[in-house]
Amino acid sequence: MKNEASREQRFSRRALLLGGGMGSVGLLLAGRMAYLSIFEGERYQLASENNRIQQRLIPPRRGWIVDRSGKPLALNKPDYRLELIPADVTDLDAVLAEVGKVLPLGIEDELRIRADVAIQPKYMAVEVARNLDWPAFAALNVQVADVPGLQPVRAFSRVYPDGEQFAHLLGYVGLPTPEQYKEQKDPVLIYPGFRIGKDGIERHEDKVLRGKAGARREEVTARGKVVRELGISPDEPGETLRLTIDRDLQNYAARRLGDNSASVIVMDCETGDVLAMVSMPAYDPNIFSTRVPSTLWKQLQEDDHTPLLNKSAMGLYPPGSTFKMVTALAALEAGVTPDQSVQCSGRYKLGNNTWHCHARRGHGTVDMHSALPKSCDTWFYAYGRQIGIERIADMARRLGLGQKYELPLAGQAAGIVPDNAWKQKRFGKAWNVGETLNSSIGQGYIIANPLQLAVMTARIASGKQVVPRLILPKAGDAAPQFASLGIPDEHMQLVRQGMIDVVNSGIGTARGGRSPIGGIQFAGKTGTAQVRRISAAERRRGVLRNEQLPWKQRDHALFVAFAPTEAPRYAVSVIIEHGIAGGRYAAPIARDVLTYLFEPAAALRALAPIEKAMAAKRAAEAEARAAEARAAEEAKLMPAWLRADAPPPPPPLVTGETPQPPRDVE
Amino acid sequence: MFNGPWLRELSRLPWGIVLVIVALAGFGMAVLYSAAGGALQPWALKQGIRFFILAGLMLLVAQVRPATWMKLAWPIYGGVLLALLGVEILGQVGGGSQRWLNLGVIQLQPSELMKIAIVLVLARYYHHVPRGYETKLKALWPPVAIIGAPMLLVMLQPDLGTALSIGFGGVMVMFLAGVSMRLFMASGVALAAAMPLAWTLLHGYQQRRVMIFLDPSIDPRGAGYHITQSKIAIGSGGFSGKGFLKGTQSHLDYLPELHTDFIFATMAEEWGLIGGLAIIIGFGVLLAWGIGVSLRAGTQFERLLAMGLTATLFFFLAVNMMMVMGLAPVVGIPLPLISYGGSAMMTVLILLGLIMGITREANRPKD
Repeated sequence: MKNEASREQRFSRRALLLGGGMGSVGLLLAGRMAYLSIFEGERYQLASENNRIQQRLIPPRRGWIVDRSGKPLALNKPDYRLELIPADVTDLDAVLAEVGKVLPLGIEDELRIRADVAIQPKYMAVEVARNLDWPAFAALNVQVADVPGLQPVRAFSRVYPDGEQFAHLLGYVGLPTPEQYKEQKDPVLIYPGFRIGKDGIERHEDKVLRGKAGARREEVTARGKVVRELGISPDEPGETLRLTIDRDLQNYAARRLGDNSASVIVMDCETGDVLAMVSMPAYDPNIFSTRVPSTLWKQLQEDDHTPLLNKSAMGLYPPGSTFKMVTALAALEAGVTPDQSVQCSGRYKLGNNTWHCHARRGHGTVDMHSALPKSCDTWFYAYGRQIGIERIADMARRLGLGQKYELPLAGQAAGIVPDNAWKQKRFGKAWNVGETLNSSIGQGYIIANPLQLAVMTARIASGKQVVPRLILPKAGDAAPQFASLGIPDEHMQLVRQGMIDVVNSGIGTARGGRSPIGGIQFAGKTGTAQVRRISAAERRRGVLRNEQLPWKQRDHALFVAFAPTEAPRYAVSVIIEHGIAGGRYAAPIARDVLTYLFEPAAALRALAPIEKAMAAKRAAEAEARAAEARAAEEAKLMPAWLRADAPPPPPPLVTGETPQPPRDVE
Repeated sequence: MFNGPWLRELSRLPWGIVLVIVALAGFGMAVLYSAAGGALQPWALKQGIRFFILAGLMLLVAQVRPATWMKLAWPIYGGVLLALLGVEILGQVGGGSQRWLNLGVIQLQPSELMKIAIVLVLARYYHHVPRGYETKLKALWPPVAIIGAPMLLVMLQPDLGTALSIGFGGVMVMFLAGVSMRLFMASGVALAAAMPLAWTLLHGYQQRRVMIFLDPSIDPRGAGYHITQSKIAIGSGGFSGKGFLKGTQSHLDYLPELHTDFIFATMAEEWGLIGGLAIIIGFGVLLAWGIGVSLRAGTQFERLLAMGLTATLFFFLAVNMMMVMGLAPVVGIPLPLISYGGSAMMTVLILLGLIMGITREANRPKD
């Protein structure tokens, strides 16, 4: 019994010990609970709210871009897409298999998706499919809504109704890069399918067009299902951007250019409004706004007509004879009188070197009145040399060359207006007189872009410091008042009369640019800019006609014009790369574009034969390519010993360097 | 009829304790009702029916005299051990892990019953070990084997939580029976030394759970998510909770296992600190009653059985609550009486029934 009692005693001791342990654990639990709910309660309440409430962005709709009369140039259309957010995906294979059940995914799609997932940061959405039709989208909403990482998105995609005609001007939109997101920290940038401006006006005016994202406060479950909406702050759509461009004119100009590698710019001489800014060939911004197939990209990059370059602002060309107005105005200002004349024999000697006039036999006696219409190089050699490069360069800058303008473009090339200081800086050498001769006819170092030439023409036509603009100011803003250029009116009249004679007189070089409209006259100046040097040997042998040369070696064709002559309203510049001759090829285009401004129907009539010829040419080219492909195919099938198809060596190309002393320029 | 012997028997039951049990289970049903979004289906009603039946079973168990249990201790232990073995073999044959034994009418989880059987058999064993012999080697190896065999089998299932609670119950009985304190300390030290080895024996997911318990932030979307969301639920309840049916963590699915292992968090979100303390106090009353019964019990077997079972109940409670409050790693142990699930409820009610049987025995007039 003693045994039993001591056993009981020990049991009691230990049971109480255990009970004490339980009690202290109980206290610990109560304390912990109090700590969590009282001391840390606020923090956890916040965490619970963060769990419960989700802010969902409402991406803003991108503003439209319209032309001066409100016709849409860029707008939005609803687009149903399926996107994938890699961060939420644990098993990509399974997710893609899930998608495959609803949407047929090609191998290419799958490879593209996988590549994107691998490259992009995990938080950026990857497009799985776009342009889904409504039944497919509805099916996806039901079937993949609860697959983590997949998001059916109703978005808007950008549409450019006129496609490539506006490609360089408007640019296109695309997905933001990770760098842009890091820089701007705007959460809308990683919203699935959100696109921002990538080029042209879309890029430059992105802030205006983008708008502000709204937000929707929603109660969501852990799986992301929305239980109810708690509140909404609506998005602010981007502003509508109204351009100075005339859509129909731009389309007409683009069509009129055909498949030339060319640029046309039309400006309003009084307001500076850019009515058309065309650079052809171009790309389709509708394709660029989605995804550019690599074959297309390669093709565009390799095209010698540079469809990716906005020639209107980024292309630099020697202005050639279109520069002669500058030299003439500089000479008049320096005191050369209109009656002073030179004898043109076709050659101009300076030291041991000879400069040639484009008329091989010479123009005979040439004064100021006939120098521009005949485009006599000798007159400009003589007076350019007399007044010196500084005066010419100064006049060129006053007329708008060698500078960039405040325009919403992705880029502008400034060009070069050379003078002594420029040459010292660039080459560390002094200017020499021979270079003055080249410059006075717009060759040599001098280069300008088509936009600058249009501004130059507008300034000559109006006598004012016209500055171009692309965005139409809001209604009610006063028309811009430009200051006078400070060039005496009689000088201006002389040069303008010269330009009138270029087109309208019997001696003019651009009789093909005459106005077909009764009561309205056009004025202009041709230019044919050389892209290669012509050696003395070649000159002796006889200079090849431009048409016989490979495309890349042909001269650029330029034409600048204004109309009507009595009260100039519009200024035009046309540049056709390797277009052979300004008078013959560029002037008719300028004529038709100007005609369109006054009598569209007449201008459209001119279009028909051109487009017909072009269609025929394209068909022939396609036929030739097909035949070539067939021949290649046959050659491949032919046994090796029968082949005698070593291709003829390509004609040796003399690549043009910087344009040097002129050959016959008009 | 109204003063028959069965009425006298009933009057000897601890009705106050039964009331506490019913209150706790009732509270649990209210929480389940809310967890289902304010509906009796799929949990609350089923749980209620189950409780009703199993509470009856508890009262029946309470009618059996401890002496009978002592006689049946070995057969019960042996039977449950065989069932465990059967589950293991069936599992091997059927492939994959298996814990259930399908008896046609009910699905029996033998490991649950083993939690009680282990206490029962060890209490019986120590009842006959004379004073002073408990720590002798000869008397020491049988209980170690008795505890080790089922633990091993349950570990193989693999079910760490249940294995640990079987082990805990067994070791507690050894402790209460008087095995030398020094031995416990020595084993404690040895266990600590063996930790690295035990670590390598754990399954990958178990190792991960421990790691995540130590630092939930390493896996905020995976297993660490459970602990984090549970703490958010408890913390955001504050002093008086968000109100019945107004929990967001539970209703919006942020809380995992909201009706089973994490039901305490579900409750705390809506009832706050007050609800939590009520549950802790309620179980505290049950535990204190269990300790009291063991101290008043007449025989060593009854003492050990009552206290061993109380300790086992405590183990479930403590581990579950520590887990939901982020004080212990996530092990799948439900909260007794509150969590949804039949097996756990059956174990707890049988356990309480046994203790009631002992207190009835103590209150029995000496004849």
